[in-house]
Amino acid sequence: MTITIDTLVKTFGTSSALNGVSLDIADGAFVALLGPSGSGKTTLLRIIAGLEAADSGHVLFGGEDVTDRAVQDRGIGFVFQHYALFRHMTVAQNIAFGLTVMKRRQRPGKADIAARVEELLGLVQLPGLGERFPSQLSGGQRQRVALARALAREPKILLLDEPFGALDTKVRRELRVALRAIHDRVGLTSIFVTHDREEAFALADKVAILSNGRIEQYGPPSEIERAPASEFVRDFVI
Amino acid sequence: MRAATTEPRAVRALLILIAIGWLALVILLPLFAVFVQAFEKGTGAFVDAILQPDALASIRLTLLTAAIVVPFNCVFGIAAAWAVAKHDFRGRNLLVSLIDLPFSVSPVVAGLMFVLLFGANGWFGPWLMAHGIRIMFAVPAIVIATAFVTFPYVARELIPLMIAQGRAEEEAALTLGANGFQTFWHVTLPNIRWGLLYGVLLTNARAMGEFGAVSVVSGHIRGLTNTMPLHVEVLYNEYNFVGAFAVASLLACLALVTLGAKTLLEWRHRDALAATGH
Repeated sequence: MTITIDTLVKTFGTSSALNGVSLDIADGAFVALLGPSGSGKTTLLRIIAGLEAADSGHVLFGGEDVTDRAVQDRGIGFVFQHYALFRHMTVAQNIAFGLTVMKRRQRPGKADIAARVEELLGLVQLPGLGERFPSQLSGGQRQRVALARALAREPKILLLDEPFGALDTKVRRELRVALRAIHDRVGLTSIFVTHDREEAFALADKVAILSNGRIEQYGPPSEIERAPASEFVRDFVI
Repeated sequence: MRAATTEPRAVRALLILIAIGWLALVILLPLFAVFVQAFEKGTGAFVDAILQPDALASIRLTLLTAAIVVPFNCVFGIAAAWAVAKHDFRGRNLLVSLIDLPFSVSPVVAGLMFVLLFGANGWFGPWLMAHGIRIMFAVPAIVIATAFVTFPYVARELIPLMIAQGRAEEEAALTLGANGFQTFWHVTLPNIRWGLLYGVLLTNARAMGEFGAVSVVSGHIRGLTNTMPLHVEVLYNEYNFVGAFAVASLLACLALVTLGAKTLLEWRHRDALAATGH
């Protein structure tokens, strides 16, 4: 599903987080929002998700204006930096959550939900761990569960906030590959936030580089490397 | 070799001895003395003292008051803690200070405040009297005063817990399509249940034991508006030591029962507790 971001402005108190950000994301694209801390990239992601409201500007999914739509109704999957798994639920209950809170008429049956959970556990390569609690898993496993949970309701759009931020280098690499494979297989449009240049360039089709609430450059990694649009991009990327 | 954080054996023994000694002196010994005094004239006298109509009435009133106050303060405590911990709004700090107010106001002053509001010469007194509504020197005033004094316990227990847990799990639930109530019921509430239980037990213990505020508003009508603590004082002032200590020991027992209930619950759910990392 295409995502259109139209001149978003957001201020927190007196400091501005976004100064009129616009971005066009093609259907099926894998886009990285790259920038130093305080550049507004997480704020942008949270506004796209509906977790934060913009002061002005619009967000469109597939050409439809969703600016005033509640986060529950946007049909997105969201993966948090520190997993945000429900600690009192098992892995299977975590993954099933999005299905179990559906209205009774739309909700799949118990057996269907269990089958879907198994399928998702297979997709993120954690078969047989459904009965564990999040506290019994490693960081990498937790993030895989968070990913499976976000995909349970078959969102068209996947948003990830520093998804590898809390993991060590080796686990990062493995998870990166797994994420890219899942993105391609499921046919998602994905946006992920990172401050790691190497990660953004290795994973994304297109990278948006943010600084002080503005987009400095937006393009494929090769283009950004070949022709940095500004002094900031040159310093940050190379 | 011993671990860096392990003290020499003698130091450890001394520290444990001091802790247990102090505990015995200020908690166990007085508690023991209450029971000794209560049974001084034998079990028969103890039972007689408890079965006095006035004593039974005070027990009923205390249980009734706790049964009304605890659920109310439980709901309001959760609501207040939720508002403070999970939302940003103007006046948040003021709300936190207001929640703490009953802790810093002397219970006697709290009782007097309600006399000023609902008493015969108070702000609402004449209107209430004209409409035949009786609040002062009756059960409603006792409930209101107890609710005021015990208001902070649940909220105070939950606020730091909810702030430490952050909003990420609630946000995750929202992105997964849960509405506000589902998020609260399936995510927030299970995460705070142990803190909530502890807050409820503290509220209950204090509600049953409150003396100062209730003493001001109750009117001390024997068999009608005397709660257990008030009844203990009445008996004590009449030199009825067996009676006073019998009711006192019963009050202490109620506290011990709630403590036992908490320990039992924690023991039965120890696996879940370990898994959720509380």
